Amino acid sequence: MAKAILKVKNLNVEFDGHKVLDDISFVVDKNDTLAIIGPNGAGKTVLFKCLLGLLPYDGKVEWDKNMKVGYVPQKLYVDNDLPLTVGEFLGFREKDARKAIEVLKQVGFSSDELEKDGSGQLLQSKRLGVLSGGELQRVLIAFALIGNPNVLLLDEPTSGVDVSAEETVYTLTDRLKKESGLTVIFISHELGIVYKHATSVLCLNKEKICFGPPSEAIDEEKLKELYGESVNFHYHEEVH
Amino acid sequence: MDNNLLVLLIVGALVGASSGFLGSFMVLKRMALVGDALSHVALPGMAIALTMAIDPMLGAFVALTAAVIGVWYLGEKTRVYSEALVGVFFTASLAIGILVTPEPELLEALFGSLDSINITDAVITVVAAVFIFYVVRRISKRLLLGVVSEDLAKSTGVNIAIVNLIYLFLVGLVVALGVKFLGTLLTGALVIVPAVAAKNMSRSLKSFQMTASIIGALSAVVGILVAQNFGISSGPVVVLISVAVFALSHLFRTRN
Repeated sequence: MAKAILKVKNLNVEFDGHKVLDDISFVVDKNDTLAIIGPNGAGKTVLFKCLLGLLPYDGKVEWDKNMKVGYVPQKLYVDNDLPLTVGEFLGFREKDARKAIEVLKQVGFSSDELEKDGSGQLLQSKRLGVLSGGELQRVLIAFALIGNPNVLLLDEPTSGVDVSAEETVYTLTDRLKKESGLTVIFISHELGIVYKHATSVLCLNKEKICFGPPSEAIDEEKLKELYGESVNFHYHEEVH
Repeated sequence: MDNNLLVLLIVGALVGASSGFLGSFMVLKRMALVGDALSHVALPGMAIALTMAIDPMLGAFVALTAAVIGVWYLGEKTRVYSEALVGVFFTASLAIGILVTPEPELLEALFGSLDSINITDAVITVVAAVFIFYVVRRISKRLLLGVVSEDLAKSTGVNIAIVNLIYLFLVGLVVALGVKFLGTLLTGALVIVPAVAAKNMSRSLKSFQMTASIIGALSAVVGILVAQNFGISSGPVVVLISVAVFALSHLFRTRN
């Protein structure tokens, strides 16, 4: 049996008396890819922050010893004209520019974009504000990878990213898993992505609606419960 | 050039450079207005120091330290950052300061004067400027990561609250250094204006910080020379020079 690297037990979070997470329990095994799905305001990001220890909570979040968690935020809330280059941003964590280049290659940037003999502006000297959604996403993943994590937490990597770039991000995480044995936990809205890339899924709407392998855990009933009936197209057609 | 003027220029350049350097972070943190108004708090501190016959710079420093702890507390410990409260509090300090400052010193305290700067101030300024540059270099990566994303910074083990407190303390210090020759109404401007001008012209952090420091130092030096020459208050002149640079900076605005 695979080894559990994360155990969450009876996790409860309240903001000003409002329950945001209600008695959540689940287990993540080594090399799993866990997708967390749920409607807006379901507490997905709050759950992530609890896993990262950024928010106070009741209950237990237990990481296995020696787990290094890399966090990839949803996006950066920076001005477009923020004078901060990709190279400087990665330099916050990695002084050696050559190592930064290696990691950027790992997340799919080409030598042309990163090394001097290529034509055009180097990626490292571009400002964060001018990157496309997909490029920024990959830079953020690179930032997380610099810490040599064995767990990667990706928050809603689909938002603001076009479909092809989104596909790249998940193909990339799949490849990284194969190369370095990563465990991945990601928040997603796309059921297609969940079926294709996740080994297990946690449906969240303040409380745990379902948990397990996607093909077993998700069914129409659960989706109705999760997103509300109006979101279900089949049901919609029958009503009108 | 006489020695006195040389001392003034060194003090001015150092205060300008440290203000610009610190201001670059203040602008990125979107705290420009707070940085600008912060200096108002110095006045009651200076007034109390004057009546107790202590160096007004020390009084300003104590008052500013209290104010930055307040700003820090609002930002870190309460969920809503209360800009309105900061505005009310700072203006109130200014009003109280105007009432309690002895009349003969009021104009000088508000707008600065070059006559009051002596060799002791110069030594304090040099030491403080070295201290500011040293400490900021030590914390700048953590500070900036916090600006980009607090969650990301915290997830890499940065104690953002402490880093922010150290930073704001330095801002209080640099404003206190500036109060004598810029006056309490205007020192905050030297933290903000060079930095916003530099932001227009910079594409990377390195050039942003360097440009902000240079504009700060340059505004102070040119401003002091002009003020000295025409026998007018140094504060308004220095600030207007930096504002002129800000206006010019739009011509060099970087687009990509």
